[in-house]
Amino acid sequence: MTNLLLLTVILINFFSLGSARLVACIRAVAMQGALLALLPVVVHGLSGHSVMLGLGAFCFKGVFIPWLLLRAIREVRIRREMEPYIGFVATLILGALTTAGAFIFSDFLPLAAEHHGGLFVPTALATMFSGFLLLITRRKALTQVLGYLILENGIFIFAVLLSEAMPLTVEAGILLDLLVGIFVMGIVINQISREFSTINTERLTALKE
Amino acid sequence: MISRIVLHICILLVFAPLPLGVINKTKALFAGRVGPPLLQPYYDLARLWRKGFVFSRTTTWVFLAGPVVGLVVPLLASLLIPFGGLAAPISFTGDLILFVYLFGLARFFTAAAALDTGSSFEGMGAVREVTFSCLAEPTLLFGLLVLARGAEKLTLNSLLGPQLFNQWRSDAGASLGLILVCLFVALLVENSRIPFDDPNTHLELTMIHEVMVLDHSGPAFGMILYGAAMKLMVLGGLLVRIALPFQTGSIPLDLLVFLGGMLGLAVLVGVVESTMARLRLPRVPQVLVGTTLLSVFALVLVLR
Repeated sequence: MTNLLLLTVILINFFSLGSARLVACIRAVAMQGALLALLPVVVHGLSGHSVMLGLGAFCFKGVFIPWLLLRAIREVRIRREMEPYIGFVATLILGALTTAGAFIFSDFLPLAAEHHGGLFVPTALATMFSGFLLLITRRKALTQVLGYLILENGIFIFAVLLSEAMPLTVEAGILLDLLVGIFVMGIVINQISREFSTINTERLTALKE
Repeated sequence: MISRIVLHICILLVFAPLPLGVINKTKALFAGRVGPPLLQPYYDLARLWRKGFVFSRTTTWVFLAGPVVGLVVPLLASLLIPFGGLAAPISFTGDLILFVYLFGLARFFTAAAALDTGSSFEGMGAVREVTFSCLAEPTLLFGLLVLARGAEKLTLNSLLGPQLFNQWRSDAGASLGLILVCLFVALLVENSRIPFDDPNTHLELTMIHEVMVLDHSGPAFGMILYGAAMKLMVLGGLLVRIALPFQTGSIPLDLLVFLGGMLGLAVLVGVVESTMARLRLPRVPQVLVGTTLLSVFALVLVLR
């Protein structure tokens, strides 16, 4: 069951790297967040801690943030990522390479015995790398937000691994940070679009007084 | 031995056009039409056999070799692949490579016959066909490699043997699921089905496979249709066997499971055709590269 969840997460990584349509991308990331919210319950069984963690993650990652992003899309009226810095196929191939690299790399890590050979650590690393790639290779601020979200999902997988040792307050803090980050980015996106009538971040590199 | 071969070929020849009829019926149901009768592909073939040939003056013997090879190759390939629980009559180490490249041979001759007509349309179709299939080929090979890793042997018979049932339950089940999806996409590409090519369209600019056989007529065209139907059956047999790895031991029951799976697959193809639109041409390579990466990823999973 956990393996199936983690595999689906990796597939969603690939999908978001290769897809040009923003709405589909946002839905995919929402799906990923919702699946990850199941993860603590599946791994650690039904306890108050894990259910709280799962519910919180589900509300934030699976429902609230995607809703915010979809609203942002409606307001700035964009449908697709037009021309990324690196093409979609190239990004996909890079993503596959980093995923394979994550699998190889996690075999060399000095992990606890029960985490060896599992999918947890490689999936977490691969998801983080995919988020990084999305952040780096896209021009639109919104897709960069999505990359940031996927990156956070990767960190969340790591956190689930340690969730026995991690108090709820820390988790809540991370989720809140994320939410604040998304809010700030949403405001920034709106400002950019009002200023330049586009949300390409390229224009920001040539700032003048 | 001989009786097994005859049985295998008989099953293929008799049942090959049926999935096409099921696909058309499914599409008709989705569109709210009654649709052609289930046995329409058989009637079409019979009608084409009664007609005469029309040859263009620019063509040579290659033009006729295309349909003939396209008919014989799926027959040969079907001898290498088990139909559900029925073991393949011919099997030797490494026959999976022969299996993949027999289709390559058929494709070469179809494309050569298309080029032989000297029409620019057919040349365009041939170009698209070989481009897409060379991207679909690694998907198929990596998928077979995943199976080979599970069976520890290199014959199609043992790849698709009864151990598949336990493989679904073990850790390799996830990668089996992945290659099932990838092989389904490869099947759609190879049989020129909707997300990649529309078998019903006759607008030259959008055609891929259909455009290559525009000049064929009568029995030659019948051979092409029959060959395409058999190709669907042989590649579909691979998929059905992975999806339904049950082995009862009695030939009629195994055959029933296989044919039921085949019809289910045909319905699935019909549903995909009715619910999806054709991809834009530049998107097709992206999708195929994606599926190749997925099957590589499945291989990474079983190699760990």
